[in-house]
Amino acid sequence: MAELIVFWVFAPLAVASGIAMLLQRNAVYSALFLVVNFFALAVFFLMLGAEFLFAVQIIVYAGAIMVLFLFVIMLLGVDREERLVEPIRWQRPLGIFLGVGITAEIFAAVRAGVGFAAKAPGGFALVNQGGNAQAIAKVLFTDYFLPFEITSILLIVAAVAAMVLAHRRRGAVSGPPPAGPARPQPDREAEVAG
Amino acid sequence: MIRLPLVLFFSAVLFSTGVYGVLARRNGVLVLMSIELMLNAVNVNLVAFSQYVRDIGGQVFALFVIAVAAAEVGIGLAIVILIFRNRESINVDEVSLLKW
Amino acid sequence: MGWLDWMLLLARIVLTFFMLLFALVIVIWLERKFIADMQTRPGPLRAGPRGVLITLADGMKLFFKESFVPTLADRPVYLIAPILAVVPAFLAFSVIPWGTHVTLFGREIPFQIADLNIGILWVLAMTSMTVYAVVLAGWSSGSNYPLLGSVRSSAQMISYEVGMGLALISVLMFTGHLKMSEIVAGQGGYYWGFVPRWNFIPQFPAFLLYLIAGLAETNRPPFDLPEAESELVAGFHTEYSGWRFAMLYLGEYLNTITVAAIATTLFLGGWRGPHPSFLPWLWPIAWFALKILVIFYVYVWIRGTMPRIRYDRLMAFGWKLLIPLGLFWVLATGTIVLLPGLYGSRGRLVAVGLIVGIGMLLLLAADVLERPRSRSREGASP
Repeated sequence: MAELIVFWVFAPLAVASGIAMLLQRNAVYSALFLVVNFFALAVFFLMLGAEFLFAVQIIVYAGAIMVLFLFVIMLLGVDREERLVEPIRWQRPLGIFLGVGITAEIFAAVRAGVGFAAKAPGGFALVNQGGNAQAIAKVLFTDYFLPFEITSILLIVAAVAAMVLAHRRRGAVSGPPPAGPARPQPDREAEVAG
Repeated sequence: MIRLPLVLFFSAVLFSTGVYGVLARRNGVLVLMSIELMLNAVNVNLVAFSQYVRDIGGQVFALFVIAVAAAEVGIGLAIVILIFRNRESINVDEVSLLKW
Repeated sequence: MGWLDWMLLLARIVLTFFMLLFALVIVIWLERKFIADMQTRPGPLRAGPRGVLITLADGMKLFFKESFVPTLADRPVYLIAPILAVVPAFLAFSVIPWGTHVTLFGREIPFQIADLNIGILWVLAMTSMTVYAVVLAGWSSGSNYPLLGSVRSSAQMISYEVGMGLALISVLMFTGHLKMSEIVAGQGGYYWGFVPRWNFIPQFPAFLLYLIAGLAETNRPPFDLPEAESELVAGFHTEYSGWRFAMLYLGEYLNTITVAAIATTLFLGGWRGPHPSFLPWLWPIAWFALKILVIFYVYVWIRGTMPRIRYDRLMAFGWKLLIPLGLFWVLATGTIVLLPGLYGSRGRLVAVGLIVGIGMLLLLAADVLERPRSRSREGASP
């Protein structure tokens, strides 16, 4: 029962914040809505018996990745608004049609796969015995050890790649200065004229 | 216990939202954010199925997805910064040339 | 859980909340007194005996001041940011055991709101949220200095979070627990009969690493670049006034208390300490408060004696020194934990020898790698 309440509070919140993220013109607002979304999903992980993932979700996604997004948005000053008008006229109806189609397909797949009344059989507490983090560690460092190592290599490669890509050589022309929230810039011309 | 299809539909809706964002938004940063949304929807599925089949492997997989997503964001944002430096804009529609 | 348990939980939450507020009042006054003492001036004197009530007086003043929103500010974000500064700080404190327990109504009631399974990770998650307050406050002000402050802080806080995480991980590996209560329980007893078995003795590098990263996480001097008044007016809170400014200010001090409380719990044995047998629940709280104050005094001491460092030095320090040190110490802790199990009592000796040897090699390597580059840089500069 409690889980159902949690679901019906946080699922609409997650979907609404996801949609709000898409419809926002201001990139900073989009990022903030995505943070709300990640929090809602973290609560979902908690509900589904994944405490460790709850913490990882907040630390990595909300705490690091989204701050990185905000950092780039603020640094580039790309939070000025963006046109949301669709240039191709038939694309939107087609998209809606295909979306409905996929929804129907998912319904069919779920029905054929697990059935609408499928419930977790319970007893997941047994898997989580001794703590969820410990259970994950046990599997991660035995069965999934090679993927784990490969992931660490991937992260190092990504870090080096990001540095190589974004590194600016000394003496290169610096970009425009960071910019705050979208605001009118009234005095440019006046200054030039004056 | 929550019924599994509820969670599945929920994550499907989230995933589709992400797909729409990738296709419709022109801001490069927002495209990356939509990809994050899609990955998260997948994570919800993985964790839900992990509970359903009583195997912790699903959660481990979700952990890998998060790690890979972190790497992807790092590189993606570096590319966005590079594009911005070259074109003074991060509109992905304008990045249609392979060379300039 | 009956209604009595719920009421007790509520009572615990309220109690912790007011203890924190009380601690805030005392700590802010103490900081001003300490710093005044270091600068040979009296500090606050008038409000209350020796100026104890200065914080309350300041709070009243700020509360009754007009709290306006700048014209160019991004209104909703500007209004949310101060709240974000306070809420995660309180939440982070909820897993910290700040006393043992009392027995009421036939129940053992711990002085801790929730003993989560993921204890330390919860703290890490909540402290990583505090960056949003600073970043959003600076961005939404619609002014250049706050924006620079927030861009600085976002980079600074992510960077030092890594160092902080590494310090916490080595403690985790050493104690083998995530739960706060178990970490404190693991620090009972004595080495050689008289030295308390607190983690900061075997984990001294991690302790130092945590304290330094904590300074940067809470934007305290000498790492207060986001609010460097000599460069950025007041950094991210330049445009804030009235109670909103008070919230940002409180959030900062709350974070400092939380960092000190975590350091106490993880490294200094939490509420442990020798005490007489009467009122057995009171002494642990006093010990806990005392340890927090010691760490806090060190922080104020650093503030009173160190100049603010340059931003690029800050980042270089974080990435090139703290993080490699943290990684090295995680490896070292691994050998300390594992080798005695594999090779018996001789393993401990081997582990310490390995750590010292590899550490010296790394120092030598860093020295060799660093030398030619610094020379060429000197040669290049006119």
